[in-house]
Amino acid sequence: MFPEYDVIVVGAGHAGCEAAASAANLGSKVLLITMNMQTIAQMSCNPAMGGIAKGQIVREIDALGGYSGIVTDKSMIQFRMLNKSKGPAMWSPRAQSDRMLFASTWRTMLEQTENVDFYQDTVKGILVKDSRANGVITGLGHQIQSKTVIITSGTFLNGIIHIGEKNFGGGRISEKNATGITEQLVELGFESDRLKTGTPPRIDGRSLKYSAMEVQQGDEEITGFSFLPVNTIKASEQLPCHITYTNKEVHETLKKGFDRSPMFCGRIEGTGPRYCPSIEDKINRFAERDRHQIFVEPEGFNTVEIYVNGFSTSLPEDTQYEAIRKMPGFENAKMFRPGYAIEYDYFPPTQLKHSLETKIIDNLFFAGQINGTTGYEEAACQGLMAGINAHQKVIESEPLILNRDEAYIGVLIDDLISKGTEEPYRMFTSRAEFRTLLRQDNADLRLTEKSFRLGLASQERMELVLAKQKGVEEIKTVLQSYSLLPAEANIYLKKINSAEIEEKQKTMRLLLRPDVTLPEMIEEIPALRERLHSFSRDIIEQAEIQVKYERYIEKEQELAQRMSAMENALIPESFNYDKVSALSAEALQKFKKIRPRTLGQASRISGVNPSDVQILMVYMGR
Amino acid sequence: MYTDSWNDTIIALATPQGVGAIGVIRLSGSKAIEIVNTLFVKKDLSKQASHTLHVGILKDMDAVIDEVVVSLFISPHSYTGENVVEISCHGSAFIQQKIIDACIEKGARLAKPGEFTQRAFLNGKLDLTQAEAVADLIASNTEASRKTALQNMRGGFSGVLKNLREQLLKFSALIELELDFSQEDVEFADRTQFYELITSAEQITRNLLQSFKLGNVIRNGVQVAIIGKPNAGKSTLLNTLLNENRAIVSDIAGTTRDTIEEVINIEGILFRLIDTAGIRTSDNEIESIGVEKSLEKMRNADIVIYMFDCAHETKENLLHEQEQLTSACKNHLLIGNKLDLMNADDIIKKFDGLDILFISAKEHTHVNLLKKRLVEEVVTGNIETENVVVTNARHYEALQKINDALIDIRKGMDNKIPGDLIALDIRRCLHYLGEITGLITNEDQLDYIFSKFCIGK
Repeated sequence: MFPEYDVIVVGAGHAGCEAAASAANLGSKVLLITMNMQTIAQMSCNPAMGGIAKGQIVREIDALGGYSGIVTDKSMIQFRMLNKSKGPAMWSPRAQSDRMLFASTWRTMLEQTENVDFYQDTVKGILVKDSRANGVITGLGHQIQSKTVIITSGTFLNGIIHIGEKNFGGGRISEKNATGITEQLVELGFESDRLKTGTPPRIDGRSLKYSAMEVQQGDEEITGFSFLPVNTIKASEQLPCHITYTNKEVHETLKKGFDRSPMFCGRIEGTGPRYCPSIEDKINRFAERDRHQIFVEPEGFNTVEIYVNGFSTSLPEDTQYEAIRKMPGFENAKMFRPGYAIEYDYFPPTQLKHSLETKIIDNLFFAGQINGTTGYEEAACQGLMAGINAHQKVIESEPLILNRDEAYIGVLIDDLISKGTEEPYRMFTSRAEFRTLLRQDNADLRLTEKSFRLGLASQERMELVLAKQKGVEEIKTVLQSYSLLPAEANIYLKKINSAEIEEKQKTMRLLLRPDVTLPEMIEEIPALRERLHSFSRDIIEQAEIQVKYERYIEKEQELAQRMSAMENALIPESFNYDKVSALSAEALQKFKKIRPRTLGQASRISGVNPSDVQILMVYMGR
Repeated sequence: MYTDSWNDTIIALATPQGVGAIGVIRLSGSKAIEIVNTLFVKKDLSKQASHTLHVGILKDMDAVIDEVVVSLFISPHSYTGENVVEISCHGSAFIQQKIIDACIEKGARLAKPGEFTQRAFLNGKLDLTQAEAVADLIASNTEASRKTALQNMRGGFSGVLKNLREQLLKFSALIELELDFSQEDVEFADRTQFYELITSAEQITRNLLQSFKLGNVIRNGVQVAIIGKPNAGKSTLLNTLLNENRAIVSDIAGTTRDTIEEVINIEGILFRLIDTAGIRTSDNEIESIGVEKSLEKMRNADIVIYMFDCAHETKENLLHEQEQLTSACKNHLLIGNKLDLMNADDIIKKFDGLDILFISAKEHTHVNLLKKRLVEEVVTGNIETENVVVTNARHYEALQKINDALIDIRKGMDNKIPGDLIALDIRRCLHYLGEITGLITNEDQLDYIFSKFCIGK
């Protein structure tokens, strides 16, 4: 009933969907297996994509030819560019999504992708022969053969849901969990551990009084996620979000449920993320704060369901219900479903190679929460990379590995593999050494060509990149060569309260002033308008960033270059660390476990001293 | 895997630290020849062939540093595969440091341990067998230096550096908070708070720079103050150690009016011996000045030798002296002199339970043991060791970079540049601090943020 596939993807969340899409678009025959065809690309937690550091990742996924950016653009209900007041490295796109539209758009796009087959079933185990994965066994007993397998199990592996004193097996509320895979992998020599995450209650929007809350509108201009032209909503069609706050009364009410809290009573063993604490955790750890901010987010255009962002909880339903009604605007709130915590299995990611293939079993790849990450964006980018690298494995080619100075995706995977993680790993811009290089505006310039060469990014994408590069150069040439006369520039300078010029000055020099912007100059100075009006908004912005922040970009490039010699120094996979007697005991143990791919990676492993790396370097064969 | 992306030029002393007839300083990097050329008088080194020797004078500004022989090795025909210059100079630590300082000023950077070999390896100049041979050498050194580093970390890790580290960590965490968590409902630090942190960090760095004055120890050696009551035999000991009569020696108490400093070399380590005027209160004005100087010298010394006359010292007084030295955090040795005038058994009985080395300065008895003890004090790391001499230069260089970065940060704040760009300079700052105290990772910053602020939706 089943042909032999090139790639089987287990799980159809953000990681699984990107994995299936990228492998199939590269030419692999893909089977996407999910327990429920109706829940493909569910947003299990908040209905939003992007945000600080995460928005950059979505832009990178898009630049590489993934679908997440396009799907988000097609299904958003609100768009904001965060951190616009800071430098361009911090500008971060974020969208509120229509949860149902998001999922259905994903499914439609996958159905329209050649080479993707679907099957609804549970996967019970992986077919392994000679330490090599070659298919899966399903709950219905099918043995399906494939050259590679990608596991994207999310929170489903031995998932346990906690609400107050109740707990039961489940992968998401009202959905079964998956058993068997963890047990088999542990038998094969894998290490597994438990993590925890949580989600807030969902509320009936008709029962809320929005006039008692602050309004948060979307941006006046929607720039979106995809570098391709995608139809998205008009700015005027956006839905607002609202902000309310907890108060002492809410906190007191919540505290009444503490003795029945699975967190405080020790029923939850898994580690939760510090940056996404439950509301009970917040009031417990920050007892001095008498209020916490709560975002009230609509789940879509065609539903009244509301997501209460910031109110994640696993307290008993009655406590949740009672407490939430003490918040301004929530006095009459009706609950659709309670919040809950979920514990699930993950496999410490130090057991992976940079390709996301496991070290123990060949042709087996992991992506998403199974690797200890949290977040749709983190999962999606791993899925994309696992899909690409599974395909590369099938065609016996080199994997695509992104470096830390090339992409947040590179930072994420290298962090996971070199350092592991003990709490759900989320991306922050501070994790990237070269934040100024890894901007959302240049993700296409950084990555599209790499993907195009593999055969994933389309001709259309590549042509857009080339046009952008050409346009930016043309604009920079004008800025460098054209001098503005005082008569041309001063009207504008006076308008923005910037010092007027007395002699003619290169446009470039004026642009370096902090308060001067290129779009304004083009608008206000006819001589520039004449020369630059034909360029699109994003090309003008790109040229402006490159000019204004050149000094900082260069500083980082210099640092990145200094590191590259170490990053390019490959350590042979078979390297025998035991013969290097001078290594410290800790370094020896870590090196043997993690088996760093390069000297650069070796130097980032925690507990490894510079001297260990130097010793290694000298011993290392080429 | 030939790579030429190392674009900075490194420098280090290639011969062992200490006193020898000549010393060799090696530079490697694209600017090695250019840097030496700016100091070298007579010839234009950039026009010379590879593998040639050139005699000449090194001048810094107009001051002659030394007469040297310069060997040129042009890339790729050198040990590291880069341009390499070796300067053979005279074997004085002072001169060598001057040359290194001058080259650093012209753009070289002090090499890290094993860095020449690292470059040679990365540039494909060493194969596995060669590399292994070098590794054996390096490994032995690194083993020792790793131990010293660990000791530094556990024991005497300077509280000042810890403070600096904390200030900068706090600063960077507050900046990162504004960036990664700008959407959170937390209070962000205002610029005055940042300014205070930076000013305080700058102050610490400046103080450290002053206290770490490059070459202090290299030039001055380990400071050893010989103190004790008048007529305990301090000058005699000094003379014995020096084997020459520099200090005026007499039996009249108070003959040594001023401090006398002499440099001696024991097993390659320089000791600056400071004989002090006998410490006792005096009405004699000249002598009082001498006493004051003695106290000051003692305060600055790395090791204090408390010397006493076995016959005239009481155990009670000795315990008192020891307590004072301990409370002043001084590494000290108790030396009982004039062993020749007393019965050894009596002496041992008299000072039972105290760690004392008994000598006779006059008869040279046990002076060798004293020398050994001095070397041990240095080598076991009780005081800032020879390793710290090297590290010191490294610390100094790193601290200067930290200082530069701090100034950039402050300028950035003055110009109101966005936080992510200020963060770039902080990262530079933390990078160089990491070379002294170990890396501050972004996990440290996040730990700080999560412990202090309620983050997350």
